Amino acid sequence: MDLALKPDHQTFADEIRAFTRGNLSPATKAKTFSGKHYDRDDHVHWQKALGRQGWLAYTWPKKYGGPGFDVTQRFLFENVLAEEGAPRIIPFGVKMVGPVIYTFGTDEQKERFLPGIRTSKVSWCQGYSEPGAGSDLANLRTRAVREGDHYVVNGQKTWTSFAHWADWIFCLVRTDPAAKPQEGISFLLIDMKTPGVTVRPITMLDGAHHVNDVFFDNVKVPVTNRIGKEGEGWTCAKFLLANERLGIAEVPASKRGVRSLRDIAQVEPLNGGRLADDPAFAAQIADIDLQVQALEMSELRVLSTMAMGGAPGPEVSTLKIRGSEIQQRIAELAMEAVGEYAQPYQPGMLFQDTNETPVGLDHAPPAAPRYFNFRKTSIYGGSNEIQKNIVSKMVLGL
Amino acid sequence: MDLAFTADEQKFAADVRAFVRANLAPDIRDKVKNGKHLIRDDYMRWQQALGRQGWLVYTWPKKHGGPGFTPAQRYIFENVCAEEYAPGIIPFGTKMVGPVIYTFGTDEQKTKFLPAIRESTVWWCQGYSEPGSGSDLASLRTRAERRGDHYVVNGSKTWNTMGHWADWIFCLVRTDPKAKPQEGISFLLIDMKTPGITVKPIIMMDGGHEVNEVFFDNVEVPVANLVGKENGGWTCAKFLLANERLGIAAVPQSKRGVEALKGIARAEHEDGKPLIENQAFAEKIADLEIQVTALEYTELRVLSQMAHGGQPGPEVSGLKIRGSEIQQRITELTMEAVGEYAAPYLPSLVWHGSNEEPVGPAYAHQAAPRYFNTRKTTIYGGSNEIQKGIISKMVLGL
Amino acid sequence: MDLSLSDEQKQLQEAAERFVRDKYPFDSRRKIAATDRGWLPENWAQMAELGWLGMAFSEEDGGYGGGPIETMIVMEQFGKGLVLEPFVPTVVLGGGMIGRAGSKAQKEALLAPMIEGKKQFAFAWLERQSRYNLADVSLKATKEGNGWSLSGHKGVVYNAPVADNIIVLARTAGAGREQKGLTLFVVDGKAKGITRRDYPTQDAFRASELTFDKVSVGADALLGKVDEGFAVVEEAVDRTIVALCAEATGCMDAINAATLEYIKTRKQFGVPIGKFQVLQHRMVDCFTNAQEARSMTLMATLKIDDKDPIVRAKAASGAKVQIGKSGKFCGQSAVQMHGGMGVTDELSVSHYFKRLTMIDLMFGNQQHHLTRYSNLAMAA
Repeated sequence: MDLALKPDHQTFADEIRAFTRGNLSPATKAKTFSGKHYDRDDHVHWQKALGRQGWLAYTWPKKYGGPGFDVTQRFLFENVLAEEGAPRIIPFGVKMVGPVIYTFGTDEQKERFLPGIRTSKVSWCQGYSEPGAGSDLANLRTRAVREGDHYVVNGQKTWTSFAHWADWIFCLVRTDPAAKPQEGISFLLIDMKTPGVTVRPITMLDGAHHVNDVFFDNVKVPVTNRIGKEGEGWTCAKFLLANERLGIAEVPASKRGVRSLRDIAQVEPLNGGRLADDPAFAAQIADIDLQVQALEMSELRVLSTMAMGGAPGPEVSTLKIRGSEIQQRIAELAMEAVGEYAQPYQPGMLFQDTNETPVGLDHAPPAAPRYFNFRKTSIYGGSNEIQKNIVSKMVLGL
Repeated sequence: MDLAFTADEQKFAADVRAFVRANLAPDIRDKVKNGKHLIRDDYMRWQQALGRQGWLVYTWPKKHGGPGFTPAQRYIFENVCAEEYAPGIIPFGTKMVGPVIYTFGTDEQKTKFLPAIRESTVWWCQGYSEPGSGSDLASLRTRAERRGDHYVVNGSKTWNTMGHWADWIFCLVRTDPKAKPQEGISFLLIDMKTPGITVKPIIMMDGGHEVNEVFFDNVEVPVANLVGKENGGWTCAKFLLANERLGIAAVPQSKRGVEALKGIARAEHEDGKPLIENQAFAEKIADLEIQVTALEYTELRVLSQMAHGGQPGPEVSGLKIRGSEIQQRITELTMEAVGEYAAPYLPSLVWHGSNEEPVGPAYAHQAAPRYFNTRKTTIYGGSNEIQKGIISKMVLGL
Repeated sequence: MDLSLSDEQKQLQEAAERFVRDKYPFDSRRKIAATDRGWLPENWAQMAELGWLGMAFSEEDGGYGGGPIETMIVMEQFGKGLVLEPFVPTVVLGGGMIGRAGSKAQKEALLAPMIEGKKQFAFAWLERQSRYNLADVSLKATKEGNGWSLSGHKGVVYNAPVADNIIVLARTAGAGREQKGLTLFVVDGKAKGITRRDYPTQDAFRASELTFDKVSVGADALLGKVDEGFAVVEEAVDRTIVALCAEATGCMDAINAATLEYIKTRKQFGVPIGKFQVLQHRMVDCFTNAQEARSMTLMATLKIDDKDPIVRAKAASGAKVQIGKSGKFCGQSAVQMHGGMGVTDELSVSHYFKRLTMIDLMFGNQQHHLTRYSNLAMAA
């Protein structure tokens, strides 16, 4: 056991840092540290830079065009990017549908879709949840009826993040309504430009628009866009959900969040001094800092198992649970730090490039909206209640 | 709405205080004040004094020999007794079996049993839980078979509090094993001196002996000791549990506990200053005090409804939940205040009233045993999980 | 001791319930929030007509002789409807301070029209550095002839965009956070030298940043005594806190009711999700939290007229701690139990959650009031 980095890993970290500093746009970086929302270009510009370097699909094995990072390199890559203020890589292509395609897809599908994902030329979104199928995903009803070499898709998906920016969507659809819920589902790739696809924005409680309803009205999808066998989509879904839970802990971003909290506490005033001098507030930061460290060590233990050839088990659900709670707590403390100045609602400062000066300090406008918005983290990717059920059943045998 | 007490109520409070000061033996007062354990004789002396005054059964209506206190008088009585360090009244006779007898019993049973409860000449205990029936009380198996004018009782009861001091036990027994679980149960009064009864101590994690297992081996009980109808025992049980939950919040005791905690925090030192000047610790006490106040005002709101003719509903389960959590928090903070000197285990001081010189301050050796012991409060009287189940079903309709 | 409402108070409660039912269904509230002003003059007129603007003031001051209990009753219903009319800044804060510290002439000129619904107020105390310390004031008022000249900055001033008068807490002596040397002035909302930056708050109220550049006021603008304004402010803020606590209990009742309804009807895995024990227990915890919030609000309401200022301050802070704790628990739980729908703008649940969150951080959050309570308990 050893926590120290080997010299070649140190060199690797330096290389990533230099690359990030050379390629990440200063405007995007500034948005990260002020907590503003990114627009599509922020993401695409940065992801294309990573793609050119061969690093975007950093979790992929070499044979599918990934860089073949070992687990330490992967850990360093994620941490350095977060420290340098890079936006989170949008997971739908790289972490979700990509691995599904290279694991379950045909050679033709791999050739057709993987390059666009690796280079970020194509944006993906996810069509999983439906109005009646949230935690109970297997209850989904979007129907795909086979007609010759096409499926005709009808139904509705919801909570589809970034559907308004996406070129393609991967969907779970019901191909056999007579089968048991999990057995009649297939995994389809659908071009968002196909006639009959409509995207309707959902406004979130902080006023932001990230998620959408996606409606399918007699949408024709070639059978060649189905991944895996008909009726076996649930296998892809489970594989993808397990992958999603691993990254969802967001430890590097939370570490950055704790550092920002300390910075905020240094500049927020309190009784003629700084908020950082308040022992109660300082203790709360210390407490969340320790929680992040515990989570990081838990994640490192999982990574270490994977480095020895093991697969992440259902216990990664606990990483999702704690990771989401920690993200929420950091957002909550950031709002508390701002105090009364969390009250003004300044959408211009959140969603637009504006040279208006904020009411309060620079970090004030996003403080409350972020706190509100981050309530989603314990709901998405399988709510924490669902995660606890998974642990209870799969790990504890209850 | 008005918080002030009327002139009559103020006079009543003064009368109660004068009575307690004149009639509570100084040695008993001293034990309560210092958190020491009481023996049977301590309880009996105090309860008999109250009995002579007609106040022991302070919750009973006049027609059954109670003082007929208004809800406000009840509140005053409980608070003044606690403030004056009177021992808590043992509930098994006065608050549990007594009301069951005067509500469901025959005139003969009332004449036979109620006077001794009012005067505290007979000590009662409760035979409810069994090894296989805890939260699921209705699954109880202790069997009572009718033979002529007797029942023959076989089985065992557990978590029987102070049964080793008791003269009588009230039991839930199964009289019809074929009926639905709740419908085959009867409520029996059993003399603890009847042949076939064995009491076996259970030692708790703090080393103390307050609960027992009670075994029944062909115990003959006259049919005249059946309260209510045969197989109608569940009605008595539910009535009793609802009564139990109201007093179980123990607000006056918790108010006294917070005061005692403050005393310890003033006596303990840290960095050359009294612990109570440590902002973080003082805030923990403040938070606890606010919790106690919230509980007290919730109870007052229930009492106020009762004064206007309302009945306490299932929402009093909420009082039990918060009351028990608060009792635990008090013991936890007390132990925290004592610090390292909570570690020495001195059973002769804790249990046997020894005059041995304590290690550390006089209050220190009680702190950890009390913390350990008080874990029971969220378990007994229907665990807090069961209470939440009751509210969920009866109040929220879930 | 009696904790029940009188018949008149019950009638007031019914009238407030009716107002909220008629004027504040969730869709109407959304429309009201989207107007420029952010509230409706016709609703304000109705409140005046119903006597709510004057109910907590003495008959001598033109009011109807009620008190904190009446305010509690109305505020609780306002919480249920997320009512947007500026009752707190105008009546509870502004009117409250004028009622307690105002001269006869000021009451006639300001309070009487306020009660009729013809004048609105804002209270400017916060500055960029103040955080929750009411005495951390640097906006200066200097003598200028018979009157005064005010210069400095004030922040998050609720209702400033439309207020006829702004009550300004200014420093006339001392420095930093000294409580002595603070003075209250009633300034015309459109006085020369005031620059306003208006904005909505997270929970759809309206507020402003104000810059005062040599704003001249006459001697009659002085509210109360020179250098002695702090005690007036502290008491008014404590009373406002208690009113906000009542509003928060209404919010909690509403958000709990909405969540209970949702988990009874939303089906997953073939059953209403309220059949799952983990949600049942969480719902019970919400219910218990709301009960505790109601209890502490009632306690504070009944103690806020106490003769002893320490009792009053402890009551307000104790209730604010409970409201912070319970409001956060109920709000976060409601969002969680609503799942994705909870984080959208579409249902009322997120709007209650935002209001509860903002109430926690107005005039000092849970931690601030825990510290204050603790210090007061120690001093007592």
